[in-house]
Amino acid sequence: MEREPVPAPADAAPAAGDWMIRFDQVVKRFGDLTVLDHLDFHVRAKERVTLIGPSGSGKTTILRLLMTLERVTGGLIEVDGRPFSHMPGRGGLVPANEKHLRVARRKIGMVFQQFNLFPNMDVMRNITEAPVRSLGRSREEAETRGAELLEMVGLADKAHEHPARLSGGQQQRVAIARALAMEPEILLLDEVTSALDPELVAGVQCLLRDIAQESQLTILCVTHEMHFARDISDRVLMFDRGRIVEDGPPEQIFGEPREQRTRDFLQAVIEAG
Amino acid sequence: MMLSFTAPGPLGTAAEVLPYLLDGAVVTVKVALGATPVALALAFIAGLAGCSGSRWARGVSRGYLEFFRGTAVIVQMYWIFYAMPALTGYRLDPVFAGVIAVGLNLGAYGSEVVRGAIAAVPVPQREAGIALNFGPVQRMVRIILPQAWVAMLPPLNNLWIELLKATSLVSVISVADVIAESRTLRNTGYSPLVVMTLVLLIYLLLALIITLIMRMLERRAAHRVGREPPPLLPRRRRRRPPVPVRGEVA
Repeated sequence: MEREPVPAPADAAPAAGDWMIRFDQVVKRFGDLTVLDHLDFHVRAKERVTLIGPSGSGKTTILRLLMTLERVTGGLIEVDGRPFSHMPGRGGLVPANEKHLRVARRKIGMVFQQFNLFPNMDVMRNITEAPVRSLGRSREEAETRGAELLEMVGLADKAHEHPARLSGGQQQRVAIARALAMEPEILLLDEVTSALDPELVAGVQCLLRDIAQESQLTILCVTHEMHFARDISDRVLMFDRGRIVEDGPPEQIFGEPREQRTRDFLQAVIEAG
Repeated sequence: MMLSFTAPGPLGTAAEVLPYLLDGAVVTVKVALGATPVALALAFIAGLAGCSGSRWARGVSRGYLEFFRGTAVIVQMYWIFYAMPALTGYRLDPVFAGVIAVGLNLGAYGSEVVRGAIAAVPVPQREAGIALNFGPVQRMVRIILPQAWVAMLPPLNNLWIELLKATSLVSVISVADVIAESRTLRNTGYSPLVVMTLVLLIYLLLALIITLIMRMLERRAAHRVGREPPPLLPRRRRRRPPVPVRGEVA
Protein backbone atom coordinates (compact mmCIF):
# COMPACT_ATOMS: atom_id res chain seq x y z
CA MET A 1 0.00 0.00 0.00
CA GLU A 2 1.30 3.40 -0.83
CA ARG A 3 1.53 5.61 2.20
CA GLU A 4 2.94 9.08 2.06
CA PRO A 5 5.63 9.97 4.55
CA VAL A 6 4.23 11.20 7.79
CA PRO A 7 5.04 14.76 8.71
CA ALA A 8 7.31 15.15 11.69
CA PRO A 9 5.28 14.78 14.86
CA ALA A 10 3.79 17.98 16.09
CA ASP A 11 5.09 19.39 19.35
CA ALA A 12 4.47 17.03 22.21
CA ALA A 13 1.65 19.22 23.47
CA PRO A 14 -0.51 20.62 20.69
CA ALA A 15 -0.45 24.37 20.52
CA ALA A 16 -4.15 24.83 21.06
CA GLY A 17 -5.32 22.55 23.85
CA ASP A 18 -9.00 22.73 23.02
CA TRP A 19 -8.85 21.11 19.59
CA MET A 20 -10.85 17.92 19.74
CA ILE A 21 -10.14 16.88 16.17
CA ARG A 22 -7.24 18.02 14.02
CA PHE A 23 -6.66 17.03 10.39
CA ASP A 24 -3.12 17.85 9.35
CA GLN A 25 -2.43 17.64 5.61
CA VAL A 26 -4.64 14.57 5.37
CA VAL A 27 -4.63 12.78 2.02
CA LYS A 28 -6.94 9.90 1.18
CA ARG A 29 -6.75 8.14 -2.14
CA PHE A 30 -8.71 5.19 -3.46
CA GLY A 31 -6.51 3.94 -6.28
CA ASP A 32 -6.06 6.89 -8.63
CA LEU A 33 -8.92 8.82 -7.12
CA THR A 34 -7.89 11.48 -4.62
CA VAL A 35 -10.79 11.99 -2.25
CA LEU A 36 -9.08 14.22 0.31
CA ASP A 37 -6.31 16.45 -0.89
CA HIS A 38 -3.97 17.71 1.85
CA LEU A 39 -6.88 18.62 4.06
CA ASP A 40 -6.35 20.78 7.14
CA PHE A 41 -9.06 21.55 9.64
CA HIS A 42 -9.75 21.66 13.34
CA VAL A 43 -12.84 21.04 15.37
CA ARG A 44 -13.02 22.38 18.92
CA ALA A 45 -14.39 20.34 21.80
CA LYS A 46 -18.21 20.49 21.98
CA GLU A 47 -18.35 22.16 18.60
CA ARG A 48 -21.13 21.01 16.29
CA VAL A 49 -19.93 21.00 12.71
CA THR A 50 -21.89 20.14 9.59
CA LEU A 51 -20.10 19.11 6.44
CA ILE A 52 -21.94 20.00 3.24
CA GLY A 53 -21.00 19.70 -0.39
CA PRO A 54 -21.71 17.69 -3.52
CA SER A 55 -21.52 13.88 -3.53
CA GLY A 56 -17.96 12.62 -3.79
CA SER A 57 -16.52 15.75 -2.20
CA GLY A 58 -15.04 13.69 0.64
CA LYS A 59 -17.46 14.45 3.50
CA THR A 60 -18.33 10.87 4.35
CA THR A 61 -14.67 9.86 3.96
CA ILE A 62 -13.80 12.26 6.78
CA LEU A 63 -16.29 10.52 9.07
CA ARG A 64 -15.06 7.09 7.97
CA LEU A 65 -11.45 8.08 8.68
CA LEU A 66 -12.45 9.22 12.15
CA MET A 67 -14.34 5.98 12.77
CA THR A 68 -11.22 4.07 11.57
CA LEU A 69 -13.24 2.41 8.80
CA GLU A 70 -10.61 3.81 6.42
CA ARG A 71 -6.91 4.56 6.88
CA VAL A 72 -5.26 7.78 5.76
CA THR A 73 -2.99 7.67 2.71
CA GLY A 74 -0.97 10.58 4.02
CA GLY A 75 -0.98 13.20 6.75
CA LEU A 76 -2.05 12.89 10.34
CA ILE A 77 -5.27 12.96 12.32
CA GLU A 78 -5.19 13.90 15.99
CA VAL A 79 -8.04 13.47 18.42
CA ASP A 80 -8.01 15.15 21.81
CA GLY A 81 -4.37 16.15 21.39
CA ARG A 82 -3.14 12.63 20.66
CA PRO A 83 -2.16 11.02 17.38
CA PHE A 84 -5.16 9.07 16.14
CA SER A 85 -4.31 7.73 12.70
CA HIS A 86 -0.75 7.07 13.84
CA MET A 87 1.07 5.99 16.95
CA PRO A 88 4.54 6.63 18.29
CA GLY A 89 7.16 4.18 17.08
CA ARG A 90 10.58 3.97 15.44
CA GLY A 91 11.48 7.43 16.69
CA GLY A 92 8.50 9.08 14.99
CA LEU A 93 4.97 8.18 14.13
CA VAL A 94 3.94 4.98 12.39
CA PRO A 95 0.49 3.97 11.11
CA ALA A 96 -1.68 2.88 14.02
CA ASN A 97 -2.20 -0.81 14.70
CA GLU A 98 -5.47 -2.42 15.81
CA LYS A 99 -4.56 -2.10 19.49
CA HIS A 100 -3.92 1.65 19.20
CA LEU A 101 -7.12 2.13 17.19
CA ARG A 102 -9.19 0.29 19.75
CA VAL A 103 -8.10 2.70 22.44
CA ALA A 104 -8.31 5.72 20.14
CA ARG A 105 -11.82 5.13 18.85
CA ARG A 106 -13.18 4.70 22.38
CA LYS A 107 -14.09 8.38 22.26
CA ILE A 108 -16.00 8.18 19.00
CA GLY A 109 -19.47 6.98 18.09
CA MET A 110 -21.15 6.87 14.73
CA VAL A 111 -24.69 6.70 13.39
CA PHE A 112 -24.98 5.33 9.86
CA GLN A 113 -27.25 6.16 6.97
CA GLN A 114 -28.57 2.55 6.87
CA PHE A 115 -28.81 2.15 10.70
CA ASN A 116 -26.82 -1.13 10.61
CA LEU A 117 -28.54 -2.62 13.64
CA PHE A 118 -27.52 -6.20 14.35
CA PRO A 119 -30.36 -8.49 13.19
CA ASN A 120 -29.24 -11.28 15.51
CA MET A 121 -29.99 -9.24 18.63
CA ASP A 122 -33.11 -7.59 20.00
CA VAL A 123 -33.23 -3.84 20.53
CA MET A 124 -31.92 -3.92 24.11
CA ARG A 125 -29.11 -6.28 23.17
CA ASN A 126 -28.14 -4.04 20.26
CA ILE A 127 -27.67 -1.22 22.77
CA THR A 128 -26.05 -3.16 25.61
CA GLU A 129 -23.78 -5.62 23.81
CA ALA A 130 -20.96 -3.16 23.11
CA PRO A 131 -20.92 -1.55 26.60
CA VAL A 132 -20.76 -5.05 28.11
CA ARG A 133 -18.19 -6.55 25.74
CA SER A 134 -16.09 -3.52 24.99
CA LEU A 135 -16.40 -1.22 28.01
CA GLY A 136 -16.66 -4.04 30.53
CA ARG A 137 -19.95 -2.85 32.05
CA SER A 138 -22.08 -5.36 33.92
CA ARG A 139 -25.19 -6.55 32.09
CA GLU A 140 -27.49 -4.91 34.71
CA GLU A 141 -25.67 -1.60 34.53
CA ALA A 142 -25.80 -1.63 30.73
CA GLU A 143 -29.50 -2.50 30.71
CA THR A 144 -30.38 0.26 33.14
CA ARG A 145 -28.58 2.75 30.93
CA GLY A 146 -30.12 1.12 27.85
CA ALA A 147 -33.61 1.59 29.28
CA GLU A 148 -32.87 5.28 29.95
CA LEU A 149 -31.63 5.77 26.41
CA LEU A 150 -34.64 3.99 24.93
CA GLU A 151 -36.87 6.22 27.02
CA MET A 152 -35.01 9.24 25.67
CA VAL A 153 -35.45 8.19 22.04
CA GLY A 154 -39.11 7.39 22.71
CA LEU A 155 -38.91 3.61 22.33
CA ALA A 156 -39.14 2.41 25.93
CA ASP A 157 -41.74 -0.19 24.93
CA LYS A 158 -39.61 -1.71 22.16
CA ALA A 159 -36.73 -3.04 24.29
CA HIS A 160 -37.37 -6.67 23.41
CA GLU A 161 -38.61 -6.11 19.90
CA HIS A 162 -36.63 -7.36 16.95
CA PRO A 163 -35.00 -4.63 14.80
CA ALA A 164 -36.64 -6.01 11.65
CA ARG A 165 -40.05 -5.32 13.16
CA LEU A 166 -39.35 -1.60 13.63
CA SER A 167 -39.91 1.20 11.14
CA GLY A 168 -36.90 2.94 9.61
CA GLY A 169 -37.33 5.89 11.95
CA GLN A 170 -37.49 3.63 14.98
CA GLN A 171 -34.43 1.68 13.82
CA GLN A 172 -32.49 4.91 13.46
CA ARG A 173 -33.54 5.96 16.98
CA VAL A 174 -32.23 2.65 18.29
CA ALA A 175 -28.98 3.21 16.38
CA ILE A 176 -28.66 6.64 18.00
CA ALA A 177 -29.26 5.14 21.45
CA ARG A 178 -26.73 2.42 20.66
CA ALA A 179 -24.06 4.95 19.71
CA LEU A 180 -24.75 7.03 22.86
CA ALA A 181 -24.56 3.95 25.09
CA MET A 182 -20.83 3.86 24.39
CA GLU A 183 -20.52 7.29 26.02
CA PRO A 184 -18.63 8.88 23.15
CA GLU A 185 -17.16 12.37 23.25
CA ILE A 186 -17.47 12.72 19.49
CA LEU A 187 -20.59 11.71 17.58
CA LEU A 188 -20.44 11.22 13.82
CA LEU A 189 -23.72 11.44 11.93
CA ASP A 190 -23.52 10.15 8.36
CA GLU A 191 -26.60 11.22 6.40
CA VAL A 192 -28.71 9.76 9.16
CA THR A 193 -32.07 10.71 7.65
CA SER A 194 -31.38 10.01 3.96
CA ALA A 195 -32.73 6.46 4.12
CA LEU A 196 -35.93 7.39 5.97
CA ASP A 197 -39.43 7.91 4.63
CA PRO A 198 -40.10 11.65 4.40
CA GLU A 199 -42.63 11.66 7.25
CA LEU A 200 -40.14 10.01 9.63
CA VAL A 201 -37.32 12.47 8.95
CA ALA A 202 -38.61 15.29 11.16
CA GLY A 203 -38.86 13.07 14.27
CA VAL A 204 -35.28 11.82 14.03
CA GLN A 205 -33.97 15.32 13.29
CA CYS A 206 -35.85 16.69 16.26
CA LEU A 207 -34.32 14.03 18.51
CA LEU A 208 -30.81 14.81 17.26
CA ARG A 209 -31.37 18.54 17.74
CA ASP A 210 -32.31 17.88 21.38
CA ILE A 211 -29.26 15.66 21.86
CA ALA A 212 -27.01 18.29 20.30
CA GLN A 213 -28.39 21.01 22.57
CA GLU A 214 -28.45 19.06 25.80
CA SER A 215 -25.23 17.04 25.56
CA GLN A 216 -21.58 17.95 25.72
CA LEU A 217 -20.84 16.05 22.53
CA THR A 218 -18.60 17.20 19.72
CA ILE A 219 -20.69 16.49 16.64
CA LEU A 220 -19.63 16.04 13.03
CA CYS A 221 -22.62 15.73 10.76
CA VAL A 222 -22.84 15.03 7.04
CA THR A 223 -26.24 15.90 5.62
CA HIS A 224 -28.06 17.05 2.52
CA GLU A 225 -30.85 18.58 4.61
CA MET A 226 -29.91 22.23 4.81
CA HIS A 227 -32.56 23.12 7.41
CA PHE A 228 -31.21 20.43 9.68
CA ALA A 229 -27.65 21.64 9.07
CA ARG A 230 -28.68 25.15 10.02
CA ASP A 231 -30.47 23.95 13.18
CA ILE A 232 -27.93 21.51 14.52
CA SER A 233 -24.60 23.17 13.86
CA ASP A 234 -22.63 26.15 15.02
CA ARG A 235 -20.22 25.81 12.12
CA VAL A 236 -20.60 24.68 8.53
CA LEU A 237 -17.82 23.46 6.24
CA MET A 238 -18.51 23.53 2.51
CA PHE A 239 -16.50 20.84 0.68
CA ASP A 240 -15.67 20.43 -2.95
CA ARG A 241 -13.26 17.88 -4.42
CA GLY A 242 -11.63 17.02 -1.14
CA ARG A 243 -10.97 20.59 -0.08
CA ILE A 244 -12.77 23.06 2.14
CA VAL A 245 -14.24 25.82 0.00
CA GLU A 246 -15.87 27.81 2.75
CA ASP A 247 -15.93 27.66 6.53
CA GLY A 248 -18.27 29.71 8.67
CA PRO A 249 -21.29 29.88 10.94
CA PRO A 250 -24.54 28.58 9.43
CA GLU A 251 -26.11 32.05 9.24
CA GLN A 252 -23.27 33.23 7.04
CA ILE A 253 -22.95 30.10 4.87
CA PHE A 254 -26.67 29.84 4.22
CA GLY A 255 -27.48 33.59 4.41
CA GLU A 256 -24.64 35.23 2.54
CA PRO A 257 -22.21 32.68 1.15
CA ARG A 258 -18.97 34.27 0.05
CA GLU A 259 -17.85 31.69 -2.48
CA GLN A 260 -19.46 31.16 -5.85
CA ARG A 261 -19.10 27.37 -5.44
CA THR A 262 -21.15 27.49 -2.22
CA ARG A 263 -23.82 29.64 -3.88
CA ASP A 264 -24.07 27.24 -6.82
CA PHE A 265 -24.31 24.22 -4.52
CA LEU A 266 -26.99 25.77 -2.30
CA GLN A 267 -28.92 26.90 -5.36
CA ALA A 268 -28.82 23.33 -6.74
CA VAL A 269 -29.98 21.89 -3.43
CA ILE A 270 -32.87 24.35 -3.21
CA GLU A 271 -33.94 23.56 -6.78
CA ALA A 272 -33.74 19.81 -6.16
CA GLY A 273 -35.55 19.96 -2.82
CA MET B 1 -53.99 -63.22 -3.25
CA MET B 2 -52.89 -64.68 0.04
CA LEU B 3 -49.39 -63.89 1.12
CA SER B 4 -47.32 -66.85 2.06
CA PHE B 5 -44.88 -66.37 4.90
CA THR B 6 -43.34 -69.78 4.62
CA ALA B 7 -42.01 -69.48 1.10
CA PRO B 8 -39.29 -66.85 0.78
CA GLY B 9 -41.44 -64.34 -1.13
CA PRO B 10 -40.25 -60.72 -1.31
CA LEU B 11 -41.71 -59.83 2.09
CA GLY B 12 -40.35 -62.98 3.65
CA THR B 13 -36.91 -62.25 2.25
CA ALA B 14 -37.19 -58.70 3.51
CA ALA B 15 -38.03 -59.88 7.00
CA GLU B 16 -35.05 -62.24 6.92
CA VAL B 17 -32.45 -59.79 5.67
CA LEU B 18 -33.63 -56.69 7.51
CA PRO B 19 -31.94 -57.47 10.86
CA TYR B 20 -28.58 -57.84 9.07
CA LEU B 21 -29.10 -54.64 7.16
CA LEU B 22 -30.09 -52.81 10.33
CA ASP B 23 -26.88 -54.01 11.98
CA GLY B 24 -25.05 -52.53 9.03
CA ALA B 25 -27.12 -49.35 9.26
CA VAL B 26 -26.01 -48.89 12.87
CA VAL B 27 -22.39 -48.99 11.70
CA THR B 28 -23.20 -46.53 8.89
CA VAL B 29 -24.78 -44.16 11.43
CA LYS B 30 -21.76 -44.54 13.73
CA VAL B 31 -19.31 -43.65 10.97
CA ALA B 32 -21.51 -40.72 9.87
CA LEU B 33 -21.86 -39.44 13.44
CA GLY B 34 -18.11 -39.77 13.94
CA ALA B 35 -17.26 -37.98 10.71
CA THR B 36 -19.76 -35.14 11.27
CA PRO B 37 -17.92 -33.33 14.08
CA VAL B 38 -14.60 -33.85 12.26
CA ALA B 39 -16.03 -32.34 9.07
CA LEU B 40 -17.77 -29.50 10.92
CA ALA B 41 -14.69 -28.57 12.91
CA LEU B 42 -12.48 -28.63 9.80
CA ALA B 43 -15.09 -26.65 7.83
CA PHE B 44 -15.09 -23.89 10.43
CA ILE B 45 -11.33 -23.85 10.94
CA ALA B 46 -10.57 -23.81 7.21
CA GLY B 47 -13.52 -21.51 6.42
CA LEU B 48 -12.44 -18.94 9.02
CA ALA B 49 -8.81 -19.24 7.90
CA GLY B 50 -10.05 -18.60 4.36
CA CYS B 51 -11.47 -15.22 5.50
CA SER B 52 -8.38 -14.37 7.52
CA GLY B 53 -6.24 -11.33 6.88
CA SER B 54 -3.16 -13.53 6.94
CA ARG B 55 -2.06 -14.73 3.52
CA TRP B 56 -0.43 -17.72 5.11
CA ALA B 57 -3.68 -18.85 6.77
CA ARG B 58 -5.61 -18.32 3.54
CA GLY B 59 -3.00 -20.34 1.65
CA VAL B 60 -3.19 -23.31 4.03
CA SER B 61 -6.99 -23.24 3.91
CA ARG B 62 -6.93 -23.12 0.12
CA GLY B 63 -4.41 -25.97 -0.09
CA TYR B 64 -6.57 -28.15 2.16
CA LEU B 65 -9.67 -27.36 0.12
CA GLU B 66 -8.08 -28.06 -3.26
CA PHE B 67 -6.38 -31.24 -2.12
CA PHE B 68 -9.37 -32.91 -0.53
CA ARG B 69 -11.91 -31.61 -3.02
CA GLY B 70 -9.74 -32.69 -5.91
CA THR B 71 -9.09 -36.29 -4.86
CA ALA B 72 -11.77 -38.97 -4.51
CA VAL B 73 -12.91 -40.01 -1.03
CA ILE B 74 -12.31 -43.63 -1.92
CA VAL B 75 -8.69 -42.91 -2.80
CA GLN B 76 -8.21 -40.95 0.41
CA MET B 77 -9.72 -43.85 2.34
CA TYR B 78 -7.46 -46.41 0.65
CA TRP B 79 -4.49 -44.16 1.24
CA ILE B 80 -5.20 -43.65 4.94
CA PHE B 81 -5.96 -47.31 5.51
CA TYR B 82 -3.50 -49.11 3.21
CA ALA B 83 -0.77 -46.64 2.22
CA MET B 84 -0.25 -44.74 5.44
CA PRO B 85 0.82 -47.83 7.43
CA ALA B 86 3.76 -48.15 5.01
CA LEU B 87 4.85 -44.68 6.14
CA THR B 88 4.03 -44.85 9.82
CA GLY B 89 4.16 -48.56 10.46
CA TYR B 90 0.83 -48.26 12.22
CA ARG B 91 -2.52 -49.39 10.83
CA LEU B 92 -5.60 -47.43 11.90
CA ASP B 93 -8.81 -49.09 12.96
CA PRO B 94 -10.92 -49.28 9.77
CA VAL B 95 -13.88 -47.40 11.29
CA PHE B 96 -11.53 -44.66 12.49
CA ALA B 97 -9.83 -44.48 9.07
CA GLY B 98 -13.27 -44.14 7.46
CA VAL B 99 -14.32 -41.41 9.88
CA ILE B 100 -11.11 -39.46 9.21
CA ALA B 101 -11.30 -39.79 5.41
CA VAL B 102 -14.96 -38.81 5.18
CA GLY B 103 -14.48 -36.00 7.72
CA LEU B 104 -11.47 -34.56 5.87
CA ASN B 105 -13.26 -34.69 2.53
CA LEU B 106 -16.58 -33.19 3.56
CA GLY B 107 -14.78 -30.68 5.78
CA ALA B 108 -13.13 -29.32 2.65
CA TYR B 109 -16.48 -28.76 0.95
CA GLY B 110 -17.88 -27.34 4.19
CA SER B 111 -15.07 -24.79 4.42
CA GLU B 112 -16.33 -23.17 1.22
CA VAL B 113 -19.83 -23.00 2.69
CA VAL B 114 -18.52 -21.33 5.84
CA ARG B 115 -16.28 -18.93 3.93
CA GLY B 116 -19.05 -18.00 1.50
CA ALA B 117 -21.62 -17.39 4.25
CA ILE B 118 -19.20 -15.19 6.19
CA ALA B 119 -18.34 -13.19 3.08
CA ALA B 120 -22.06 -12.73 2.40
CA VAL B 121 -22.71 -10.88 5.69
CA PRO B 122 -23.05 -7.23 4.62
CA VAL B 123 -19.92 -5.12 5.13
CA PRO B 124 -21.86 -2.43 7.06
CA GLN B 125 -22.47 -4.99 9.81
CA ARG B 126 -18.72 -5.32 10.23
CA GLU B 127 -18.36 -1.54 10.19
CA ALA B 128 -21.04 -1.13 12.86
CA GLY B 129 -19.02 -3.60 14.92
CA ILE B 130 -15.89 -1.46 14.50
CA ALA B 131 -17.83 1.70 15.33
CA LEU B 132 -18.94 0.06 18.58
CA ASN B 133 -15.31 -0.84 19.27
CA PHE B 134 -15.71 -4.62 19.21
CA GLY B 135 -12.40 -6.42 18.70
CA PRO B 136 -11.90 -8.62 15.62
CA VAL B 137 -12.76 -11.84 17.48
CA GLN B 138 -15.82 -10.30 19.13
CA ARG B 139 -17.02 -9.02 15.74
CA MET B 140 -16.72 -12.50 14.29
CA VAL B 141 -18.30 -14.34 17.21
CA ARG B 142 -21.02 -11.88 18.24
CA ILE B 143 -22.00 -10.26 14.93
CA ILE B 144 -20.78 -12.05 11.80
CA LEU B 145 -21.07 -15.76 12.63
CA PRO B 146 -24.61 -15.66 14.06
CA GLN B 147 -25.75 -14.01 10.84
CA ALA B 148 -23.67 -16.26 8.58
CA TRP B 149 -24.97 -19.36 10.38
CA VAL B 150 -28.47 -18.80 8.91
CA ALA B 151 -27.05 -18.77 5.40
CA MET B 152 -24.86 -21.80 6.07
CA LEU B 153 -27.61 -24.18 7.15
CA PRO B 154 -29.26 -25.08 3.80
CA PRO B 155 -25.93 -25.90 2.08
CA LEU B 156 -24.75 -27.72 5.21
CA ASN B 157 -27.90 -29.83 5.02
CA ASN B 158 -26.79 -30.90 1.52
CA LEU B 159 -23.30 -31.65 2.74
CA TRP B 160 -24.47 -33.66 5.71
CA ILE B 161 -26.44 -35.90 3.36
CA GLU B 162 -23.38 -36.09 1.09
CA LEU B 163 -21.39 -37.15 4.13
CA LEU B 164 -23.89 -39.89 4.94
CA LYS B 165 -23.63 -41.19 1.39
CA ALA B 166 -19.84 -40.95 1.39
CA THR B 167 -19.75 -43.35 4.34
CA SER B 168 -20.99 -46.04 1.92
CA LEU B 169 -17.34 -46.28 0.79
CA VAL B 170 -16.07 -47.58 4.13
CA SER B 171 -17.07 -51.08 3.04
CA VAL B 172 -13.95 -51.10 0.83
CA ILE B 173 -11.75 -50.96 3.91
CA SER B 174 -13.60 -53.86 5.52
CA VAL B 175 -16.06 -51.95 7.70
CA ALA B 176 -19.33 -53.87 8.06
CA ASP B 177 -21.66 -51.02 7.14
CA VAL B 178 -25.00 -51.38 5.41
CA ILE B 179 -23.30 -51.73 2.01
CA ALA B 180 -20.97 -54.48 3.22
CA GLU B 181 -23.94 -56.31 4.75
CA SER B 182 -25.93 -56.02 1.54
CA ARG B 183 -23.01 -57.46 -0.43
CA THR B 184 -22.77 -60.43 1.91
CA LEU B 185 -26.53 -61.01 1.67
CA ARG B 186 -26.47 -60.89 -2.14
CA ASN B 187 -23.53 -63.25 -2.24
CA THR B 188 -25.45 -65.60 0.03
CA GLY B 189 -28.21 -65.77 -2.57
CA TYR B 190 -30.81 -63.32 -1.33
CA SER B 191 -32.71 -61.40 -4.00
CA PRO B 192 -30.72 -58.32 -4.97
CA LEU B 193 -34.01 -56.60 -5.74
CA VAL B 194 -35.24 -56.97 -2.17
CA VAL B 195 -31.87 -56.31 -0.52
CA MET B 196 -30.98 -53.26 -2.54
CA THR B 197 -34.49 -51.80 -2.27
CA LEU B 198 -34.17 -52.01 1.49
CA VAL B 199 -30.74 -50.39 1.36
CA LEU B 200 -32.21 -47.54 -0.71
CA LEU B 201 -34.96 -47.07 1.83
CA ILE B 202 -32.52 -47.09 4.76
CA TYR B 203 -30.39 -44.33 3.17
CA LEU B 204 -33.50 -42.35 2.28
CA LEU B 205 -34.82 -42.60 5.82
CA LEU B 206 -31.48 -41.46 7.30
CA ALA B 207 -31.32 -38.55 4.85
CA LEU B 208 -34.84 -37.51 5.80
CA ILE B 209 -33.90 -37.53 9.48
CA ILE B 210 -30.92 -35.28 8.66
CA THR B 211 -33.15 -32.89 6.74
CA LEU B 212 -35.64 -32.77 9.58
CA ILE B 213 -32.90 -31.88 12.08
CA MET B 214 -31.46 -29.24 9.77
CA ARG B 215 -34.88 -27.76 9.09
CA MET B 216 -35.44 -27.36 12.80
CA LEU B 217 -32.06 -25.65 13.19
CA GLU B 218 -32.88 -23.44 10.20
CA ARG B 219 -36.18 -22.38 11.72
CA ARG B 220 -34.52 -21.50 14.99
CA ALA B 221 -31.72 -19.60 13.30
CA ALA B 222 -34.13 -17.68 11.05
CA HIS B 223 -36.25 -16.76 14.05
CA ARG B 224 -33.16 -15.44 15.85
CA VAL B 225 -32.30 -12.99 13.08
CA GLY B 226 -35.91 -11.87 12.83
CA ARG B 227 -36.78 -13.66 9.61
CA GLU B 228 -39.91 -15.64 8.88
CA PRO B 229 -38.88 -19.23 9.68
CA PRO B 230 -39.16 -21.64 6.74
CA PRO B 231 -41.90 -24.28 7.20
CA LEU B 232 -40.77 -27.61 8.64
CA LEU B 233 -42.66 -29.55 5.98
CA PRO B 234 -43.49 -28.25 2.52
CA ARG B 235 -46.68 -26.25 2.67
CA ARG B 236 -49.17 -25.89 -0.13
CA ARG B 237 -48.52 -22.59 -1.80
CA ARG B 238 -51.41 -20.23 -1.31
CA ARG B 239 -52.90 -19.10 -4.58
CA ARG B 240 -52.98 -15.38 -5.09
CA PRO B 241 -56.47 -13.99 -5.54
CA PRO B 242 -57.06 -13.14 -9.17
CA VAL B 243 -56.31 -9.51 -9.98
CA PRO B 244 -59.56 -7.76 -10.89
CA VAL B 245 -59.66 -6.37 -14.41
CA ARG B 246 -59.58 -2.62 -14.41
CA GLY B 247 -63.08 -1.15 -14.30
CA GLU B 248 -64.60 -4.36 -13.05
CA VAL B 249 -66.50 -4.02 -9.78
CA ALA B 250 -65.49 -6.59 -7.20
